[in-house]
Amino acid sequence: MTKAAPLIVLAGNPNAGKSALFNALTGARQKIANYPGVTVERKSGGFDLADGRPAELVDLPGSYSLDPTSPDEEVTRSVIMGLQEGERKPDAIILVLDAANLDNHLRFALEVIALGQPVIVALNMMDLAERDGLVLDPAKLEAALGVPVLPTVAVRRRGLDALSTALESRLQQSTPAVEPVVGKLRDHGLRKQAKQIANQAIVSETAGRRWSERADGLFLHPFIGPVILFAILFVMFQAVFAWSEAPIGWIESAGEWAAAAVETNMAPGFLRDFIIEGAIGGVGSVVVFLPQILILFLFILILEASGYMTRAAFIMDRMMASVGLSGRSFIPLLSSFACAIPGIMATRSISDPRDRLTTILVAPLMTCAARLPVYAIIIGAFIPPTAVGPGIGLQGLVLFGLYVFGIVGAMIVALVLRSTVTKGPNSGFLMEMPKYQLPRPRDLLIGLWQRAWIFLRRAGTIIFAATVVLWLLLTFPKVPEDSAMSQVDYSAAGRITNVIAPIVKPIGFDRDIALALIPAMAAREVAVAALATTYAIDAPDEEAEAKSLTERLQSRWSLPTALAFLAWFVFAPQCISTIAVTRRETNGWKWPTFMLVYLFVLAYGAAGITYWSAVALGL
Amino acid sequence: MQTPTTVDQLSLKQSAEIVAIDWTAISETEGRRLRALGIDEGVAVEKLHKGMFGLNDPIALRVGRMMIAVRKAHAQAISVQPVAATIAA
Repeated sequence: MTKAAPLIVLAGNPNAGKSALFNALTGARQKIANYPGVTVERKSGGFDLADGRPAELVDLPGSYSLDPTSPDEEVTRSVIMGLQEGERKPDAIILVLDAANLDNHLRFALEVIALGQPVIVALNMMDLAERDGLVLDPAKLEAALGVPVLPTVAVRRRGLDALSTALESRLQQSTPAVEPVVGKLRDHGLRKQAKQIANQAIVSETAGRRWSERADGLFLHPFIGPVILFAILFVMFQAVFAWSEAPIGWIESAGEWAAAAVETNMAPGFLRDFIIEGAIGGVGSVVVFLPQILILFLFILILEASGYMTRAAFIMDRMMASVGLSGRSFIPLLSSFACAIPGIMATRSISDPRDRLTTILVAPLMTCAARLPVYAIIIGAFIPPTAVGPGIGLQGLVLFGLYVFGIVGAMIVALVLRSTVTKGPNSGFLMEMPKYQLPRPRDLLIGLWQRAWIFLRRAGTIIFAATVVLWLLLTFPKVPEDSAMSQVDYSAAGRITNVIAPIVKPIGFDRDIALALIPAMAAREVAVAALATTYAIDAPDEEAEAKSLTERLQSRWSLPTALAFLAWFVFAPQCISTIAVTRRETNGWKWPTFMLVYLFVLAYGAAGITYWSAVALGL
Repeated sequence: MQTPTTVDQLSLKQSAEIVAIDWTAISETEGRRLRALGIDEGVAVEKLHKGMFGLNDPIALRVGRMMIAVRKAHAQAISVQPVAATIAA
């Protein structure tokens, strides 16, 4: 073999511990991209073979069968068969099997082995199998399958060297070491054979401790289960506010320090204004929400890694079914609370196309973390921080209410869509609920780091660009000294806003808000940066400029306007990335256009009703 | 207790063997998925959990060493013969 970097793929059932093995083999050397033309994630990383040669490792999406029932399984199939566009044919396949779930996982393994490609089997999670009272003989399995079988415990890095050595020697052989021992079998026969081989490999089997089942007695309890679920969600959203206070303070201080440093070290002029007001002020007011986004993602990652997420889906399925969705949509929708983009991407695991489309279309109604900056600043300015009960603040309650508002909106929209544009028979809900696992801190950290990086990159590119463009539009042309007009009104942005302002005036939005809505098309959180920039430029003197954005909002906005602004952002589709990902996931402009229109109509209506009601109530 | 029934009719903790599945009541893709998850004729199952507020939808089944969630509509298509003993994994 003279190839520089052989391509090794990891394949196996979902929950076989593939990702843990991938993390253990590659460490932090990972790249996440998409397969061309489809929206399935390609996770790759480098690792060294036993002889020190570098190899590329790709973690394929979990599959139950080579007979695909989802886009994920489709990709796994074509990569293994060497038919995937943009991917070489793998030099070797590592099949990851859950030792405790052998008869089910062997089904897929037998299908893959039957293809006659170089395969080695990682018999993973041997420790958990033993704890479950299951004693296995890898040698017997090896004899039955005709391919090397290596016991591993990926999360403890056990068996990795042996796996690497076996892989190395397997790569040395140019032809399959052993003739395939199984023929092309389908479904029933395959299952029987899997069962038979599993039985040969199982030395002894006792009931063992089933703590996972006892936990389910509580978590899936018909009454306690839902209470626990909502308690977890409530704690999650309270934590997003409570835990983030200190780190937000640090980021703010850092921003102030940077602005002060620029001020003392640079000569006054355009560039200094640009850096302080445009760059540090604009981007800083968005980066400040990184702690909240990370806390939310930490919760979601823990719920996913522990196996609880599927229980949440189970509990929610009946309710989701009542609006024509399934519990499977619950996970993408819950992820959308962090960001609609991973949420919409997670819909790929929904096999029913109508279910999937409906989930994509309502995902932006879930309050994503990017809306938090907007909510946080408005709630902070207009809702008093009084306590309405032990440990429950009014501000947190209003925030919770906005989340509920979005959820209820999504349910109604889903129901309407399912009986109109995505009409069709109700799909099923079939899902494996894996055993509970303690999330591995290392895996959580890798996940968190990837999310933080995506957010910071957004802040550094789209948000930065939008902020800069807005700042330029607001700064030029310069208002003449003798003009009675303010800088904002005279600027280019002010003139564009003149067109929009009359449209949003009925729902209580003044010109400054209309102005902020323009750059907020790039990303919602830019609305805050835009307001900050607008008010900083419009300030008549240094003293007014020093006033915080909160104080400025309080003095300029009425309560009905503030509430209408909140209602607007529950629905408004102000995120170019979401539109882009929807276009990619639905393969065309039809659905993103539909999404844009219906969300703007809803946002306008919700803001209007809120404003008119609040005014009528004399708020 | 030993008369054939369907999965939705099983009581909790009741083990049973699947004797027949009405594949015509299930779409082709879902049928494949059902089999991929190990639910097939001749397989031993145990009803473990019911949905929220005791509604019999969805249902959690033990299949081998996995726990699988199915909807009532599918459970009704799965005919089983209840067995007295605990699981035969």
